[in-house]
Amino acid sequence: MKPLRVRAIARKEFIQILRDPRSLGMAIAMPMLLLVLFGYALTLDVDRVPVVVWDQSESPASRELISRFAGSRYFSVKGYVQNYREVEQAIDSGATLMALVVPREFAQRVESARPAAVQLLVDGSDSNTATIAIGYAEGVVQTFSGDIGLRATQRLGVHPLSPPVEMRPRMWFNDDMESRNYIIPGLIPVIMMVIAALLTSLTIAREWERGTMEQLISTPIKGPELIFGKLVPYFAIGMFDVLLAVLMGEFVFHVPLRGSVLLLFVMAAIFLVGALSLGMVISIVAKNQLLANQLAMVLTFVPAFILSGLVYAISAMPLPIRLVTYLVPARYFIALLKGIYLKGVGLNVLASEAILLVIFAAAMVALANLKFRKKLV
Amino acid sequence: MLIKEFIQVLRDPRMKGVLFVMPVVQLVVFGYAVTTDVRNVRTAVYDLDNSVASRELISRFASTGYFNIVEYVGTEERTRELLDRGQAQIILRMNKGFEDDLRAGRTAQLQVLADGTDSNTAGIALNYSAKIVAEYSQSVLNSRAMRLLGPLREPGQVRLQTRAWFNENLESRNFYLPGVIAILVTLVTLLLTSMAVVREKEIGTMEQIMVTPIRPFEFILGKTVPFALISLVNVVLVTTVGVLWFDVPVRGSILRLLLATMLYLLTTLGVGLVISTISQTQQQAMMGTFFFHMPSMLLSGFMFPIANMPVVVQWLTYLNPMRYYLVIIRGIFLKGVGFSVLWPQLLALAAIGAVTLTLAARRFRKTLA
Repeated sequence: MKPLRVRAIARKEFIQILRDPRSLGMAIAMPMLLLVLFGYALTLDVDRVPVVVWDQSESPASRELISRFAGSRYFSVKGYVQNYREVEQAIDSGATLMALVVPREFAQRVESARPAAVQLLVDGSDSNTATIAIGYAEGVVQTFSGDIGLRATQRLGVHPLSPPVEMRPRMWFNDDMESRNYIIPGLIPVIMMVIAALLTSLTIAREWERGTMEQLISTPIKGPELIFGKLVPYFAIGMFDVLLAVLMGEFVFHVPLRGSVLLLFVMAAIFLVGALSLGMVISIVAKNQLLANQLAMVLTFVPAFILSGLVYAISAMPLPIRLVTYLVPARYFIALLKGIYLKGVGLNVLASEAILLVIFAAAMVALANLKFRKKLV
Repeated sequence: MLIKEFIQVLRDPRMKGVLFVMPVVQLVVFGYAVTTDVRNVRTAVYDLDNSVASRELISRFASTGYFNIVEYVGTEERTRELLDRGQAQIILRMNKGFEDDLRAGRTAQLQVLADGTDSNTAGIALNYSAKIVAEYSQSVLNSRAMRLLGPLREPGQVRLQTRAWFNENLESRNFYLPGVIAILVTLVTLLLTSMAVVREKEIGTMEQIMVTPIRPFEFILGKTVPFALISLVNVVLVTTVGVLWFDVPVRGSILRLLLATMLYLLTTLGVGLVISTISQTQQQAMMGTFFFHMPSMLLSGFMFPIANMPVVVQWLTYLNPMRYYLVIIRGIFLKGVGFSVLWPQLLALAAIGAVTLTLAARRFRKTLA
């Protein structure tokens, strides 16, 4: 491999990139946009769930229960309804997520210390929010129930009992429970994957389509040199994006970085080499940009979001799908970054992910070199 | 024009594979992956008391199906190690004296340590834990009260009866799958159209086309109709597989779904064309597509509920065609509602479609002129 030729190709690619400032601008602006979106706008945390109330009892007891819902930050009482049809309408149209129905005999039952039931009708279509909201609702009702029980025993003259068993929760690694703290480290690999695929997947296909590939082939340049030369400028852009993302994470979002920064960048570099090479492989195989585009999307963009463990937990997936996720490089990088950012662990714990990432990168580079043929076909 | 475009796009057998086979494959893979149901949480138990009471509480956790006890640890270091390596997501810990406290009428404590790196799962798991502890606590209270008050006076409790509509088992897959369908369809359509016009420019065949007597309107039609048809076929294909394979309920009318999809395709085609007219190379078109598609996917309500976003961002989502389509597609799949409920969304889609198509047509007339 002659470094002179590699440098020549790298320079040519750089010039071509600079001549297309729009693409370059987007390559840099997109990670920032995504980080801002995820940091400020996107969250799976649930609060201010809309609730409508159908109070058939209209007693002090029912009003007290309802006020507990209204006073909770997790619920937002949107209105009071008077019949079933209104409940149906509200839920069907999406105006509310749940309806709290207090039956007529509620007050009498509570007074006479008999078991009482309150109904909750929930729009189950957004099951994630519904599950969380139901959990909160049960918490409110349970607390209410406990207080009623305490009052009853007090009235009977029995010494008030504190709850026999109490739970002490503690959250490790992410004490303030900010979903942002675990989404941002998970987001960086996904962004890098997409950018890398976007940048390189078109580069070789474009030469074929425009007809400039024949010119390149007629030069004494060798395949590996061409690939390596093309990789260099995109690698530079990619690392710049990583740096930008890490800086934003630190100064804009205050995501704590507990582990080694050096390890982070080394892993990022390895990941980039792999992702860029994957883009190259797509470009080489596709030969025209439209196909390359579609392939890049199918193989990198959507899997990076859905199969990488960023939003959907891999442990919850059935076994065959879990095996598929082993092919998604973003998965390893996410595990690595979460470990470095939140847990502050090093290579001793993260060794297996790191090794897999290296294998991925090496395989992609090898594949790119194998697939590229200096032929006119 | 139509025929030429069809031939061009379908000439490459790999393209056919990508256009038709890939979405189905993706649907199957993602359909299995997209679940946020919290089950089988890896739990480790650090029980220093090892009494009847502590074991009963642990067994209550184990019998729910939410918690999967992977190890009974003996040392504190081991708990830390399990959390560090991610081998356990929850640690249940009881100190020595748990049962003694309970017997003496003091408050006994159960410590629950959660791995916060996945705070969504951790939060839900803590929620479940709190419920289990509360139920156990209540049952202890009940048995004590019965001993004091006599067996006939069972202290009343207020209980919550929950009924979930539309998705009774709260399967998160039923929620996400229609969204996956929407995304796959959007992606294919957007990319095809955005590259369509630019490709001619880049390869150089544009001049040849301009020499022909074709008019701008016919040109656009010729470019978009093939892609619209391909996308429609895609929707049918993906929906059929989705319904048959995953048992996603389709409560509404399929006809309405197709009509609404056609309207939605109009908007994506419009957007794709606009991108196509403002790009000079296919690389720019691709970048432009992603630049539009990524935020639109994230802000559409597919994964992250719009209601939880800051108000400013919620206003922004009103410009996002995918947001309306998701409401429609989920409404038809899960709620079985019709156009009488969904007309605001349809109206919005029609408006966006009209705007983008006119914009594209106007820009295109300029380039040709």
